[in-house]
Amino acid sequence: MSETASPRLELGRVGDSTPRVDGVPKVTGEFAYSSDLQAAGMLWGHTLRSPHAHARIVSIDVSQAVGMPGVHAVLTHEDVPGEKRYGLEFPDQPVLAYERVRYFGEPVALVAAEHPEEARRAAARIQVEYEALEPVVDPERATEQDPLHPDRPTMGHGYRDDARPNIVRSLVIRHGDPEAEGDVTVSGVYEVGIQDQAFLGPESGLAVPDGEGGVDIYVATQWLHVDRDQVAPCLNLKPEQVRIHLAGVGGAFGGREDLSMQLHGALLALHTDRPVKIVYNREESFVGHIHRHPAKIWAEHRSSRDGKLVNVRVRILLDGGAYASSSTAVTSNAASFAVGPYAVDNALIESTCVYTNNPPCGAMRGFGAVQVCFAHEAQMDKLAEALDIDPIELRLLNALGPGGSLPTGQKITGTLPVADVIRRAAALDIPEQEELPRDPMRLPGGSGNTSRGEGVRRGVGFAVGFKNIGYSEGFDDYAAARVRLHKDGSAEVHCAAAEVGQGVANVILQVARTELGSTDVVLAPHTTATVDSAGSASASRMTWMASGAVRDACRAALEERERNGGKEVDVQRIYRHPRTTPLDPETGQITGERAHVAYACAAMRVVAEVDVELGLTRVVWIGTAQDVGKAVNPQAVTGQIEGGTAQGLGLALMEEIQTRDGLITNASFTDYLIPTTLDMPPVVSVLIEEAEPDAPYGVKGVGEPPTVVSTAAVVAALRAATGRELNRVPVRPDDIVGL
Amino acid sequence: MKIELRINGESHEADVWEGESLLFALREQLGFPGSKNACEQGECGSCSVLLDGKLVCSCLVLAAQAEGHEIVTVEGLADDGRLHKVQEAFVAAGAVQCGFCTPGLVVAAADLLKRNVYPSDDDIREALSGNLCRCTGYAKIFDAVRMAAAAL
Repeated sequence: MSETASPRLELGRVGDSTPRVDGVPKVTGEFAYSSDLQAAGMLWGHTLRSPHAHARIVSIDVSQAVGMPGVHAVLTHEDVPGEKRYGLEFPDQPVLAYERVRYFGEPVALVAAEHPEEARRAAARIQVEYEALEPVVDPERATEQDPLHPDRPTMGHGYRDDARPNIVRSLVIRHGDPEAEGDVTVSGVYEVGIQDQAFLGPESGLAVPDGEGGVDIYVATQWLHVDRDQVAPCLNLKPEQVRIHLAGVGGAFGGREDLSMQLHGALLALHTDRPVKIVYNREESFVGHIHRHPAKIWAEHRSSRDGKLVNVRVRILLDGGAYASSSTAVTSNAASFAVGPYAVDNALIESTCVYTNNPPCGAMRGFGAVQVCFAHEAQMDKLAEALDIDPIELRLLNALGPGGSLPTGQKITGTLPVADVIRRAAALDIPEQEELPRDPMRLPGGSGNTSRGEGVRRGVGFAVGFKNIGYSEGFDDYAAARVRLHKDGSAEVHCAAAEVGQGVANVILQVARTELGSTDVVLAPHTTATVDSAGSASASRMTWMASGAVRDACRAALEERERNGGKEVDVQRIYRHPRTTPLDPETGQITGERAHVAYACAAMRVVAEVDVELGLTRVVWIGTAQDVGKAVNPQAVTGQIEGGTAQGLGLALMEEIQTRDGLITNASFTDYLIPTTLDMPPVVSVLIEEAEPDAPYGVKGVGEPPTVVSTAAVVAALRAATGRELNRVPVRPDDIVGL
Repeated sequence: MKIELRINGESHEADVWEGESLLFALREQLGFPGSKNACEQGECGSCSVLLDGKLVCSCLVLAAQAEGHEIVTVEGLADDGRLHKVQEAFVAAGAVQCGFCTPGLVVAAADLLKRNVYPSDDDIREALSGNLCRCTGYAKIFDAVRMAAAAL
C-alpha cells in the first residue's frame, strides 16, 4: 500500500508565503490520492444506485450477480450488521436502502469483484423491483405532501417544533418591530439553482480489514473522526476498531463532509476479508454527494428617505433534498446573514428547509450565506436606485461594524471591517474598456467568434457579504493536536485536520515552527489512530482551530520539557473557541452572549461585458478586499480568494445541476460546466489584516467569503450592462436576451 | 490481449482487455498513477499525456492504440530527479492546491512552452482551456506558466 510520506518543511513561520509542503509530490505525480491507493489482494467495490427519485422497494434479488465471474460479495441492507441509518447530524439516511428509495442515485446494493468492470457488470444483474411513487419535487408544495420521513428525525433538537410534513428546520428571527414602516420599499424574489462542489478528484478510498474484526479506511474526507463515529455503529464495532486515515484529497468544498464510500467499502472489506477499493466516476460523484441548497428568497427592504435601513423582511425556502445532512445549520446560516453585513433595527426573517425527493443538499463553500448574499445585494442595488443614492454610499451608510448587532441580537464583539472592505474594493482601479476591433478571444463568445463587438455592453457591479467562522449555536467545537519533542530537538506534530487542498498542512507546520523556534518539524499522517478530533475542514474554521490546537500543544510540550530536564515529551492539547449558545426556537434571538463565534467579510467589484444580442458574457476583471484577520500564508490566502471567486462566478454564469422529476440530467463535465481559463479574469486581492481578538495570532478563515460575494457581484455587473433584473442564478443567455 | 507500451522512454508490457483506456492501463496496471481520472470524457484534462509529442487525454485513447507510440506522462517530465521548469514554477507560484488537476496542467503547460517559448496570456488561456481546475481560479497557474517561460 502506498501512503503519503511525512512531509518535511524547510521554511516558513506564521505570516510567510511558504510554498506548499506537498507541492513537489503533487507536481511530479507522486502524491497518493485516495484513488491511487492499492493493496495486495485488493478487490474493487461498486455501488448499485436507485434509478428512481422516489419508489417503494418491492424486492431485491441478488442471485444472478452472486455467481458472476470474479465476484466475491453482493450485499444489501440485510447485510448491515449494526445501525441501518447514519447521518452527519441526524441518522436519517440508510446505509443501503430498505423499504423505499428517496432520491435518484441512492445506494441500494454493493458488489466486490476482482476487476472494477466485473463489479459493474454484476451490479447490473441485481434485480430490484421498484414500485414508483409520486416524487416530492416542488419545495413550495412539500409541506402539503406526504412526509418522506414520518419519524421527523430533525425534530426535538432545540429547534422550533413545526408540525408541517417534510420540514427539516424552520427558523423565525423577530428583531425589533417586524412591522416597522419606512419611506421607501423595494422588494424582489430571487432564486438560486443547485450548485455542485465539482471537486476534481471523485470520491474514492480503500478499506482494509485488520484481521481482528476491525477495519482501516484510507479515504478523502473533511473530518476523520466524524466519519469514524458514523461508520462504527453501522458496522456494530467500537470506535477504536474503525480507524480513518486521510488519503490524498482532490478538493472538497463541503462535498466530503458526508460519508461516501467509507461505510460501503468497510462492509465489503469485512465481508470478504480482503482490501476493497471504491472509486466513483464523475457521473457517480454528481449523484453520490450532497449539493448546495437551491433557494427561493422573497425579500422586502424598507428604508428611510435618506437611505437608512428601517426594516428588512426576508423569507427563505431551501430545498434540502431527501436527507438532512447539514441542512439545519444551513437554514440557520441563511437566516443569520439574510440582511447582509448591515445594521438594521427591525427585521422579520423566516428560513425554512424542506425534505424533497430532489438531490440531497448539504454543505458547500459559503453554506447558506451565498444564496442570501445574492438576494440582499440585489436588494441594496434596487434600493439605491429607488433612492437615487450611489450604491456604494448606501452600503457604507448601513455598514455593520464592531458594536453593532445582528438581527439575532448578537453584538459584534470581534473585528468586522465592513466599511473598510467596501472602501478598499471600491477604490481599486478598473481597467479601461478595450477598443474595438479586438481578438475574439477577448470578446463574449470567445473562440466561438460570435461577435465583432457590436452588441457588447459593459457593466460594473459591486457586492459585499459576510459569513460566520467556525461552528455555531452551541456546538462543542474543538480541535486537538499532539506534539512529540525528541531529545535531538526535532518535533513531530499530530493533527487530524484534513488537508483538502486549502493548505492546512502548511498552517500546522508554520505554527509549530513559530512556537518551537525550530525548523526540524514533521507532520505525522492525519489519522484517528494517534490523535483526537480536529473537527471539520469546513466553516472557514480549520486555520483558526488547528492554529489554536498546535500552538497550545507546542507551548505545553516546551513547558513539559523544561520541567523534566530535557527528556523526550509527548503531549496532546485540545483547543476550543469561545462558547456559543443556541438561538431561541421561537424568536430566533440569542440565548447567551453569542450564537456565532466570529465573522469575516469581503467586498468585490466586477467588470463584465455582455453581448446583449446573444446573451453571452465575459467577465473582464475582478477586484476584491477581504477581511482575513491575519494571513498565516499570504500566497495561500490569495489562492483561496481566487479559487473561491471562481466558484461564485460559476454559480453566477453556468453551474446548475439540472433535474427532471428529481432525476439528475447533467451528471457529467460535458453538461455541468465549471469555469475554465477562458472564463476567469484576473483577480486583484487586497488583504485587510485586522487581528481577531479571540483567535490565535488573530487569524480568520478565508475560504468562504470570496464565494459568498462573487455570485452577487458578477450578476450585479450583468445587471449594470443589460438593465435587466436577472433575479435567478445561474443567469442564462435567455435571461440576458429576454426570451 | 498483451501489449507493449513505451512510457517515459522505457518499454512496459501489459495485459489489457480490448476496451481498456490508456489511462486505466497506466494507472492500474503499469504503476503510473500520476495521470488522474476526473471525468473519463476528455473534458477535464487531468489525464493529459504526450503521445508522440502530441497532447492527448489518455482516457480517450485505448491502451492498445498506444502500442508503438512514445508516451510521456507527468512522471517522465523531471530529468534525473531535477524538476521540469514548469513543475518548479507551479510549486513556487502557489499554482497547486488540492493538486488533482496539476499533473494534467503541468503536462499541458510543458507542451505549450515547447511549442511557444514566449506565450501571451491569450496563448496560455487557450492552451490550458481544456484543463479544469476547481481550486485556484487559474490566476496562479497563469503566474506559473509565465514564470516557467521566463526561466526556460
